Amino acid sequence: MNICVCIKQVPDTQKVRIDPEKGTLIRKGVPSIINPYDESALEMAFEIAERAKARVTVLSMGIPSVERVLRYAIALGADRAFLLSSPAFAGSDTLATSYILSQGIKKSGPYDLIIMGKQAIDGDTGQVGPEVSVFLNYPVVTYVDDFFDLEGGSILLHRYVENIEEVIKLKLPGVITVVKAKKRLRLPLLNSLIKSFNTRVHILGPEDIDADVERCGLKGSPTRVRKTFTPEVKRGVTFIEGSIKERAKTLKKILSAYTTG
Amino acid sequence: MSAKESKINREDYRDIWVILENEPAGGLNRYVFGLVSKACELNKKLGQKVVGIAFGSVEDDTAGELCRCGLDEIIILEHSASEEEVELKGKAEDLLNASMLVDAVKKLKPSILLSLATGFGRTLMPLAASELKTGLTADCTGLDIDGDLLVQTRPAFGGNIMAEIICRDSKPQMATVRPGVFKKNYVRSCGVSFSIKKIYRKTLTERLDASLLPEIIERKIKETVTGLMDASVIVSGGRGLGKPEGFKLLKRLADKLGGVVGASRGAVDLGWIDHSHQIGQTGYTVSPELYIACGISGAIQHVAGMKDSKMIIAINEDPQAPIFEIADYGVVGDLYEIIPALIEEL
Ligand SMILES: Cc1cc2nc3c(=O)[nH]c(=O)nc-3n(C[C@H](O)[C@H](O)[C@H](O)COP(=O)(O)OP(=O)(O)OC[C@H]3O[C@@H](n4cnc5c(N)ncnc54)[C@H](O)[C@@H]3O)c2cc1C
Ligand SMILES: Nc1ncnc2c1ncn2[C@@H]1O[C@H](COP(=O)(O)O)[C@@H](O)[C@H]1O
Repeated sequence: MNICVCIKQVPDTQKVRIDPEKGTLIRKGVPSIINPYDESALEMAFEIAERAKARVTVLSMGIPSVERVLRYAIALGADRAFLLSSPAFAGSDTLATSYILSQGIKKSGPYDLIIMGKQAIDGDTGQVGPEVSVFLNYPVVTYVDDFFDLEGGSILLHRYVENIEEVIKLKLPGVITVVKAKKRLRLPLLNSLIKSFNTRVHILGPEDIDADVERCGLKGSPTRVRKTFTPEVKRGVTFIEGSIKERAKTLKKILSAYTTG
Repeated sequence: MSAKESKINREDYRDIWVILENEPAGGLNRYVFGLVSKACELNKKLGQKVVGIAFGSVEDDTAGELCRCGLDEIIILEHSASEEEVELKGKAEDLLNASMLVDAVKKLKPSILLSLATGFGRTLMPLAASELKTGLTADCTGLDIDGDLLVQTRPAFGGNIMAEIICRDSKPQMATVRPGVFKKNYVRSCGVSFSIKKIYRKTLTERLDASLLPEIIERKIKETVTGLMDASVIVSGGRGLGKPEGFKLLKRLADKLGGVVGASRGAVDLGWIDHSHQIGQTGYTVSPELYIACGISGAIQHVAGMKDSKMIIAINEDPQAPIFEIADYGVVGDLYEIIPALIEEL
């Protein structure tokens, strides 16, 4: 069995700050991390692999430095790594990204199972998983948080979204997108760590994956960011002072319109 | 097909379509009404039609209410062949729905296609968008019309920045919209002629070989009991509660005010309260008359979900907590002193 995990390097959005004057993102000093949902995807892949004796391939589209992330995935136990990297891919929206990833998957595959994160925390779109499934012509199950069993070319999945909980049987090949799973991503083992130094991360450009450059990057992206701005939310707070009792009394006055009794 | 070849004649595309999503337990998802109202507002600048797209039937009184929100027409997408019904029993419907939607879009050419950014919408819409090779903007919190373009505003980078996104050269312009950001608004009394059209899907395409569709083995629907979205008063707690029991105190305050209890992700992640209470970017978006934030720091992701509340009161030990930047009234202090004293007063 062959599993492909798509992982994206993202800025740690909890550490992102805004330049108050220019209203732009300050990316300097913001650490790059593996998208948290993709960590769950990776961990699930390893667990499935352990059960089914599968090979795990990691795939990412990004700038050359993403190689580091892929190498880390190898240290965790991935067998192969591919980085789709080219100036032609820059500025891709979800449609173009999905096209490029699906070409990468086709070229490095075939795979029985493609595992992706529910969404990437930089864009938070959650579109790439389902869109890739369409390009691959595979069925997709979204919001997976666990798997139970592999049997006769199918996988039994647990799905949890809003107020629905489902057990779903997915016939492979297929695509799943995973939410944050209960299990955290494992830590690297020493011998895998050593292996990761000696494993090549294959870097692929458009011609290596038979990608039509017209469908990649900005050119292949139907959506455009027209403007960005910082959310303006300040209200001008009035602090309520005094002893606890005084403050409670002031609050009561403010709340008088809402009290029921 | 390249992006260039796929350039389309924009004028051929008209009307705003809104996906009429149903609740898993049946009945229309109530946030659809707000989305329809917004679509009608947008349509004032376009002067076209607002059409609801349903998978399966729509109840009469639901249709009536949608009409009052300004909907002009409903199209029901159905699959008809009986042998397929059997084959499709117990199958996940996302792919089937997407495929019917794609066919209808190709045939009727809507200019704009909107759905709620629920699990349902966020699965259906990307499936359709990639088949249609058009753009899709996820989880919008604002929509506007500029000329004939849909201007889609959404948070990015964890809510630190807002982006305006357009889709100029392909159609339809597709967006999912965060539930609850647009309010239901009646624009007419019912009785206006209202048409419901049905489109049947005769055959399954190759892509939809039914034997390949994911199969639902078991399904549980949990009732959502929080009533957050409809509450006029919300008392929310965060990590500053220090312990799960803190929510009992908040519940007492909420009861006094006729409100319900909400939470930050900080508190939900610690397992103090169920996720169905979470407010913010990855929880509910609410805009009650009164929001009381207790022991919540005011991270941008939390604020994203409650900043439109009419009145915001924050109780926090830390005078520097960002929650005070968006509060109307602030109380600096220990919530375990202030809230009991307040409950006493009320
Ligand atoms: C992609 C993404 C999505 C997210 N989505 C959401 C979301 O939907 N909703 C959400 O809420 N968060 C979300 N977060 C998390 C968010 O960034 C914060 O981590 C979270 O909101 C913090 O919760 P908190 O305010 O309860 O905890 P903290 O930030 O720890 O704040 C606790 C506050 O309590 C105060 N306090 C402590 N003790 C007391 C006391 N006795 N009395 C009074 N005050 C006290 C402290 O001064 C502090 O300000 C998201 C994060 C990411 C990256
Ligand atoms: N550039 C990328 N490289 C690899 N995987 C990606 C990339 N972009 C998105 N993905 C995958 O698609 C998922 C959803 O991303 P998104 O639709 O951008 O929120 C992520 O969790 C990843 O698994």
